[in-house]
Amino acid sequence: MLSLSRKDLVSLVVFAAVVLTMPIWLSPFGAAYPGLMQKFAIYAIFAIGFNILFGLTGYLSFGHAAFLGVGSYTTVWSFKLLTMDILPAMVFAVIVAGVFALVIGYFSLRRTGIYFSILTLAFAQMSYSLAYSVLTPITNGETGLLLARGDPRYVDQIFGAQMNLAGLPQPTLIGNALGGYGGFYLCAVLLILCFYVSQKIFASPFGLALRGIKSNQTRMNYTGFNTKPYTLAAFVISGMFAGLAGALLSITDPLAGAERMKWTESGNVVLMTILGGVGTLFGPVVGAWLIKYFENIFSAINTNMLNSFLSFLPDGVQSFFVTVLSKFVGEGWHLTLGLLFVLIVVFLPGGIVEGVQRLVARFRGGGQRGKATSPQPAE
Amino acid sequence: MNAFLAQLLNGLDKGGAYALIALGLTLVFGTLGVVNFAHGALFMLGCFCAVTFRYLITIETVTIDPEKLSPWGTPLEVRTPLVQNWFGDFGAVLVDYSVPISLLLAVPAMLAIGIAIERGLIKHFYKRSHAEQILVTFGLAIVLQEIVKSFFGANPVPQPIPTDLRGAADIGAWLGMEVHALTYPWWRLVYLAFSLLVIGGVFAFLQFTTFGMVVRAGMADRETVGLMGIDIDRRFTIVFGLAAVVAGVAGVMYTPLLPPNYHLGMDFLVLSFVVVVVGGMGSLPGAVVAGFLLGILQSFASMTEVKSLIPGIDQVIIYLVAVVILLVRPRGLMGRRGVMES
Repeated sequence: MLSLSRKDLVSLVVFAAVVLTMPIWLSPFGAAYPGLMQKFAIYAIFAIGFNILFGLTGYLSFGHAAFLGVGSYTTVWSFKLLTMDILPAMVFAVIVAGVFALVIGYFSLRRTGIYFSILTLAFAQMSYSLAYSVLTPITNGETGLLLARGDPRYVDQIFGAQMNLAGLPQPTLIGNALGGYGGFYLCAVLLILCFYVSQKIFASPFGLALRGIKSNQTRMNYTGFNTKPYTLAAFVISGMFAGLAGALLSITDPLAGAERMKWTESGNVVLMTILGGVGTLFGPVVGAWLIKYFENIFSAINTNMLNSFLSFLPDGVQSFFVTVLSKFVGEGWHLTLGLLFVLIVVFLPGGIVEGVQRLVARFRGGGQRGKATSPQPAE
Repeated sequence: MNAFLAQLLNGLDKGGAYALIALGLTLVFGTLGVVNFAHGALFMLGCFCAVTFRYLITIETVTIDPEKLSPWGTPLEVRTPLVQNWFGDFGAVLVDYSVPISLLLAVPAMLAIGIAIERGLIKHFYKRSHAEQILVTFGLAIVLQEIVKSFFGANPVPQPIPTDLRGAADIGAWLGMEVHALTYPWWRLVYLAFSLLVIGGVFAFLQFTTFGMVVRAGMADRETVGLMGIDIDRRFTIVFGLAAVVAGVAGVMYTPLLPPNYHLGMDFLVLSFVVVVVGGMGSLPGAVVAGFLLGILQSFASMTEVKSLIPGIDQVIIYLVAVVILLVRPRGLMGRRGVMES
């Protein structure tokens, strides 16, 4: 049951190696600090989960950030009420996000296409608005939900853990504090685990059924196949992945705010998945890493750095290039993101993974080019 | 009763904005079959047409008047807009009425932008899936708003209401109530009238002109119209431009009510999609009715009496209505059979 095909096993090992050696190979790019690498891992989990829904069934959800937010809030509440240990917090976050996804999915999946997108969007926006207004006792509104020294933490009290601290309590994994690289390796291990689960789903009969739903749901129904439970299961699973990602966000930084549920966040995960490649195993991970990298590194570039970088050019040319390029970096990195996104959708609908496949096929000789393009779903 | 009427009026002007945006969205969807997530950005561009126009006509000359002193003893700076130097009183009126006059700039500008977007990007996406259309227009919206941000900054830019139209109209007195029993800001009244005018204009254009007839025929059966030797693609490009103009002028006139910032479009986009879905995809009257309906519902939900009854209802009413409508009546209020259904 836990076995993988030979090809999947190889890619899992490669993937695990790549993720675990991140601190080494990211350092030339200036991104090898735990805070950013944690984000890489967390958003990759989010995107992998989203891909199970969108990539396999073709249902485009525009409200996935709601599950991320729910996971975050649940985690912080578990910290506040029960214990600072992260294991129960993660379990609760995944379960609560799953229940949320079950309810929202049950209603949303009654419609398809754009109606489904709007329904998920409407549910997510409702959660967002309520988190800001009426649910303030639970969510602490605009300030965000924070830990406090006076929190009850009933389970911790029984065991007497973290009772006489000077500052705020820190999240622990079975008694061991998680700081810096500890937090990163936790996220990395969970990411590898999630990747494995997604591999299993892709290879299973369940995954095959989901792909059947994507290519032609009507025909699936005609063959006497009830598609409802399958799409709902996919929705709940991807909601649980989002819940786990939310939990990890709160574990690495114990704070939960409503802005995590905003619809632009849902849009972000869609961007990540598309950029990398919808319906592929590696695509969402690559997309998440690229976007997070851009967000943190590209946005930090300023005109001084551009000037020194382009100093080999003649003065006039240099100032021209710096003026033009400075519009695309720093504050303006969203512009680069938007342009990149438009270009990807126009020229490379399969995302970066498809682009790489095409390149590889071209190097191997023109004869195989047709094979590399993924089969398009029947309209 | 007064509170009821006041809320009804409040809802109407917001509903006017929703209706105008939703009308353009539906027009594009009904003709080109494209789900346009950049439509909110077009509304935002309209807002910034007004900002640009005001910026241009208020370029000032600064002269120092040596005779007069400012309260803290330095020579008084006299700032006069260039247009006022050139045209005298007419220039002053021009500055005062900058928002409505900027419609003259907005209409050709939005038409050009709309046609450029359709020819440059959207036309390649007729045959692609709705998901891809959503994604590419979403990317376009990001690009548009970032361009605006790099020119105008991230802060809201307030626009003044013309002096004559400040203050409130005493609607209560017109209806035979006591004086000041029911007042309503003039500009909101202007906005309501303006939105009704534009909606009427669009419908008249589609109903009574040959061009409109061809467009309606194309909405019903694109291929047959094409077979009759009519270049339907060119008409539809112009329709996209028209939708951009409608969104743009809606934005121009809305600027005094809400200072525009670069992500204003995104905020309106979500709402207007909900409006379109509630009205029924592809139904123009549906979009208008749903726009006003949701505007009014939203303003009633924000009454204190209602809020104390159901806390938080004002935040979610629109989405709640959308969810209920979609689940109970999937085609929306006035949707046609076979639109966006698998």
